[in-house]
Amino acid sequence: MMTASRRSVCPGGFDSRQLRHEFPIFTNNPGLVFLDSGASAQKPASVIDCVADYYRTDYANVHRGVYRLSARSTELFEEAREKVRRFLNAAEASEIVFVRGATEAINLVSQSWGAAFLKAGDEVLISELEHHSNIVPWQMLRDSLGIGLVVAPIDATGGLDLAKFEALLSPRTRLVALTHIANATGALVPIETVIRLAHRQGAKVLIDGCQAAPRLPVDVQALGCDFYAFSGHKTYGPTGIGVLYGRRELLSAMPPWQGGGEMILNVTFEKTEFQDPPHRFEAGTPDISGAIGLGAAIDFIEALGRGSILEHEEALTGYGVDRLSRISGLQLLGAGQRRLGILSFDLEGVHPHDLAQVLDQHHVAVRAGHHCAQPLLESLGYPATTRASLGVYNDERDIDRLAEAIETAREMFRR
Amino acid sequence: MMDLRELYQDIILDHGRHPRNFRKIEQATHFAHGHNPLCGDRVTVYLSLGGDRIADVAFQGRGCAISTAAASLMTEVLKGKTIDEARALFAQFHARVTGGEPGVLPEPLAEDAERLEPLTGVKAYPARVKCATLSWHALEAALQGDGGTVKTE
Repeated sequence: MMTASRRSVCPGGFDSRQLRHEFPIFTNNPGLVFLDSGASAQKPASVIDCVADYYRTDYANVHRGVYRLSARSTELFEEAREKVRRFLNAAEASEIVFVRGATEAINLVSQSWGAAFLKAGDEVLISELEHHSNIVPWQMLRDSLGIGLVVAPIDATGGLDLAKFEALLSPRTRLVALTHIANATGALVPIETVIRLAHRQGAKVLIDGCQAAPRLPVDVQALGCDFYAFSGHKTYGPTGIGVLYGRRELLSAMPPWQGGGEMILNVTFEKTEFQDPPHRFEAGTPDISGAIGLGAAIDFIEALGRGSILEHEEALTGYGVDRLSRISGLQLLGAGQRRLGILSFDLEGVHPHDLAQVLDQHHVAVRAGHHCAQPLLESLGYPATTRASLGVYNDERDIDRLAEAIETAREMFRR
Repeated sequence: MMDLRELYQDIILDHGRHPRNFRKIEQATHFAHGHNPLCGDRVTVYLSLGGDRIADVAFQGRGCAISTAAASLMTEVLKGKTIDEARALFAQFHARVTGGEPGVLPEPLAEDAERLEPLTGVKAYPARVKCATLSWHALEAALQGDGGTVKTE
């Protein structure tokens, strides 16, 4: 039994078990062990209430009406943008573009910046660790523009092979698009080094921060990255909202992506003048409540403390690696030098879908499949895996419950 | 929630671990691939037809216990059946796992349908219905003879 080493208060300084009371999903699903935050995190009451209250008391369209409600709504929406700016430590709020999610953020960069500034023969460098959303947009650009799509491999430990990455950088490399944390394995990419190497070659850098934004402090100025993308719903916020950070000079030079209302200064049938960023990239009525809800999620995260969350995730990841490694026949997928928040594994003789089914019977929610990272799993030699991903509400007992349920499944499918 | 043993009955676990007719038919007259993009499961169904009768049927692939057992049981019941009988069995099986109206099969086929009964536990797990039907969809594609890949999505 693990009881002896179990702590009720995590090193992060907050008590995950107590924190769970702030998440209504756990009240309404007693006994739930939720280990699928990597797919989407649960929402604290403060986020849910904030969205509901906004519709109840302050709702109107933004940037349009002269009446007080519209002004109030606009103020809340722009306040949320300011919260995101602070969350990423961007220099200016105008560098924060609201989008539907990280997928849309990456598509925006590929279709606006990519289409305007890349030409046949230029290269975009990605890695084997990427989610499909950081592969497919570049393939589409490759097919339309004739650019090269170069893939940096992983090393034997499952981390990005930095030497090979560096060797693949060339004057042709115009953009490096990499994940901060691999969603399928939890591999933490040393993006500081990646950004430095890429910039030395004159390439721009886009970081997919979906798994990192909810887990560790992100400072885009200190990192020096050119674009940073994340999704609200993985960051304890609502679905349908996400963020593209882009350095001001880049966003200012980029053509609009979608046309419509909100993004214009003046329209005649002959010609349209466009707004400055970020509004240039926010055609149509935005997801106002989503943005405001994301602001509330950021408040929630910052109240816990991002350093505390990182400590919590690190400690629990370490506990999980240790606990799962002791299960016979279980193979954790390699995640390089540092793994954070995600435990992806194979259980000998048990298909991930069968395993996830048994875990569900024990009220343990995990993801089974290729995690939208088919090339990575292919390279690691698995068509599918089972993935447990962590959030602020998880603790050692959740890992123990997971491990016990895995043991049950192993017994059931024993040959 | 129903007992998981309703889904994973002994016969399913047995066929999942030790699939029957798990081989390639070198002289297959028909074959087709089945792919479930959701979980990466793949199956190839091979048929050897003599006239309109299934002289031999086998499969290869990788998948979960349900999809492997479903393919295995399918090959067992189909051997010696006519194409029309195979399709009638599929129609009834499909109805039973999706909660549709199964209809009545003539006597000898009703016995075969009974053998597939343990798989109908997937009915309570909508995400797993595709696991149970993947090999049958591949069979249908093989009968249509295009040799392509049929997807569950």
